[in-house]
Amino acid sequence: MKFSLGPLQYCWDKAAVEDFYREVAVSPIPLVYLGETVCSKRRKLRWQDYFDLADMLRSAGKEVVFSTLALIQSDAEIQELRKQLTNSSVTLEVNDMGALALAVEQQLPFVCGPGINNYNLTSLQKMANWGMQRFVMPVDLSQKWLAPIITSQPSFEIEVLGYGYLPLAHSARCFTARHHGLNKDNCDTICSRYPKGLLTQTMEHQELLRINGVQTQSAACCDLRSEIQQMRTMGVDWFRVSPDSINSIGLVTALIKGEESDDVPSIRCNGYWHDAPGMRYL
Amino acid sequence: MELLCPAGNMASLKAAINAGADAVYLGVKDNTNARSFAGLNFTPDTLKQAAKLLQHAGKKMYLAINTFAQTGLEQRWYDAIDAAADYGADALIMADISLLDYATNKHPQMPLHLSVQASVSNATALNFYQQQFNIRRAVLPRVLSMRQIRDISQQTNVELEVFAYGSLCIMAEGRCQLSSYVTGESPNRGGSCSPAKHVRWQECQGNRQTRLNNILVDSTGVNETIGYPVICKGRYLAEDDEQPEFILESPTSLSTLELLPELARSGVNSLKIEGRQRSPAYVTQVTRVWRQAVDRYQASPEKFQTEAQWHEVLRKVSEGQATTAGAYDRSWQ
Repeated sequence: MKFSLGPLQYCWDKAAVEDFYREVAVSPIPLVYLGETVCSKRRKLRWQDYFDLADMLRSAGKEVVFSTLALIQSDAEIQELRKQLTNSSVTLEVNDMGALALAVEQQLPFVCGPGINNYNLTSLQKMANWGMQRFVMPVDLSQKWLAPIITSQPSFEIEVLGYGYLPLAHSARCFTARHHGLNKDNCDTICSRYPKGLLTQTMEHQELLRINGVQTQSAACCDLRSEIQQMRTMGVDWFRVSPDSINSIGLVTALIKGEESDDVPSIRCNGYWHDAPGMRYL
Repeated sequence: MELLCPAGNMASLKAAINAGADAVYLGVKDNTNARSFAGLNFTPDTLKQAAKLLQHAGKKMYLAINTFAQTGLEQRWYDAIDAAADYGADALIMADISLLDYATNKHPQMPLHLSVQASVSNATALNFYQQQFNIRRAVLPRVLSMRQIRDISQQTNVELEVFAYGSLCIMAEGRCQLSSYVTGESPNRGGSCSPAKHVRWQECQGNRQTRLNNILVDSTGVNETIGYPVICKGRYLAEDDEQPEFILESPTSLSTLELLPELARSGVNSLKIEGRQRSPAYVTQVTRVWRQAVDRYQASPEKFQTEAQWHEVLRKVSEGQATTAGAYDRSWQ
C-alpha cells in the first residue's frame, strides 16, 4: 500500500499554498491531488497556478491528479472546467457527477472522489466502464463494506481516506460567511481567516463540526493509522492523508518510512471504518 | 404544473387524493427508500390497494426506491423495482446507478425519475443521466437558486421537479453525512436522517435539552417551540464566540408559495411537497393550500397573489413555526 496526499480543502493564501507544494515536491510522497474542491468563489489560485504547481510536482517525479469542486451549481463552473480539459491530458478526481460527465465526454480517465455516491460493486463496475481508474471510498463506508469489493479483483485501484478531517456535507450556503453576518455573494472570502476551518462545539463543549465555507467537516480527525496493516492485508492500494497544515507532509513522510508516530490528534475518530457512528473512536 | 404529494401510509394517500394532489409518491416497507421510519410505508398488499385507488382517482403513483443497494443484497432492490412495474407505478424515483441501470435494461418502458438523493445540481450531469439511463425527470436538490434552476431548464429537456414545501434540507441531499457521523444511520443506506430511536428530550435545570444519540443538539426553555433534532439545525458554540448560535440553520421549513409564478416561468414541471413521515392531517392541510395556489396561478398567471390564510395554515405545520425560501433566494446562501 502506498500513501497519497489529498487536496487542500481550506482557503490559504497563494504564498502559503506554494510553500506547501514546494515542500511536497522534495518529500517522498508519490501521489498528490491538487485543486479547489470546496468553493468556486475562492480565487487565490487560478487554474494556471495549479497547472504550474503540477508541472513542478511532476518534474519532481510525482503523479498529479486535479480534484474538482464537490458541488457544481452553475454553468460557469462547468464551462470553466470544460475549457481546462480541452486539449489537455490531465487526470481528474471527479467529486460531482457533472465533472464525471465531462471526463466521459472528453474520454479522460478519472479518479472517483469520496464525494460521489458509490455504495455497491455494480455501480463501481459501471464507473469503471465509464473510465474510472481509481475509487476513493466515500467516508461513511467501512472495512466490512470494502472487503467484498477488493475480493472481486476489480479493474480499478482502491483508495481510503485514512487520516484527516472528514468532509461531511456541502451546501449552497456559506456558513463561515453566515457566522460573520455576511452571505455568499458578499463573503469577502472570510473563510481564509480559518486555515483549519472554524471549530464548533455543542453547548456542553464537545467538539462536533468544523465549518469550512460551504463545506461542513468533522471536528474530529479521522485516524486509521492503526489499521494500516489490515489495509495492506486486504489489498487497499492507497492510504490518503487529507492535509490541514504543512505538518501533514511530515506525517505522510513518516508513514512512508514506516516510522512510529506519537503525534496523536487532540480529538480523533475512526467509527465509520468499524461500521459505527463516524465520530466514535473505537 | 403537477402537484406531487407524500404518502407514508394509506390514510395519507387518501388524504392527498381528496385534497387535490395530481400525483403521490410512496415507498415500500423496507430500507429501499429514504424515509424508512417504523410504521411508515407500504407492504406488497397495501401497495396493490394504493395503485388501484390512485388509478381509480386518475392520479399518478411514483414509487421511491431511493436508497443505495448494498453489495450482495441487490436482489431486495431489484425485487422492489420489479414489483413496482407489476403494480403499474407511473414512475420510479431512484438515485443508485446500479438500480437505474437495472431498471433501464429490465423495464425499458418504465419512466425513471432521478431522486434528489443523486444530488444532481447542474445540466451537464442531468443530461449525462438522460443519455445513460433515459431518465424522464430529475428532482433538484435544495441547493439551487431560482436563476440556477432557470439556467438548467434551458439546457435540458429532462423534466424538473423541485421541493415546494416541507422540511428544509440545507445540504446537497444524498451526500450529507451529518446524521451518520452522529448516529451511524443515514438516508443513503439505513433509510432515514436522524432516526427517532436516537432522539431524546430531557428537562434539566428548567431547560429542555434535545439530544441525538446523546449529543446535545439544543437547549431551550421548556415552553419554547422546538424542531425535530437534526444536526444541521442545532445550536452550537463557535470557537471564536461565547454565545451559542444556529451555526448552520435554525429550525425552519421550506415554503415557496410566493415563488410559485417564478418556478412556473423557470420551467419547473412538478412541485413536490415533502413529508412522508408526517400525519394525514398535515398532508390534507398542505395539499389543500397548494391545490388552491396552483389553480389560482393557472387560471390567471399575471394576477397571482397568495392569501394570508394559506401562509397561516403552512406556518402552523412548519418546523419551529417558521418558513424560508431557502437556497432559491440567493440572499439565504
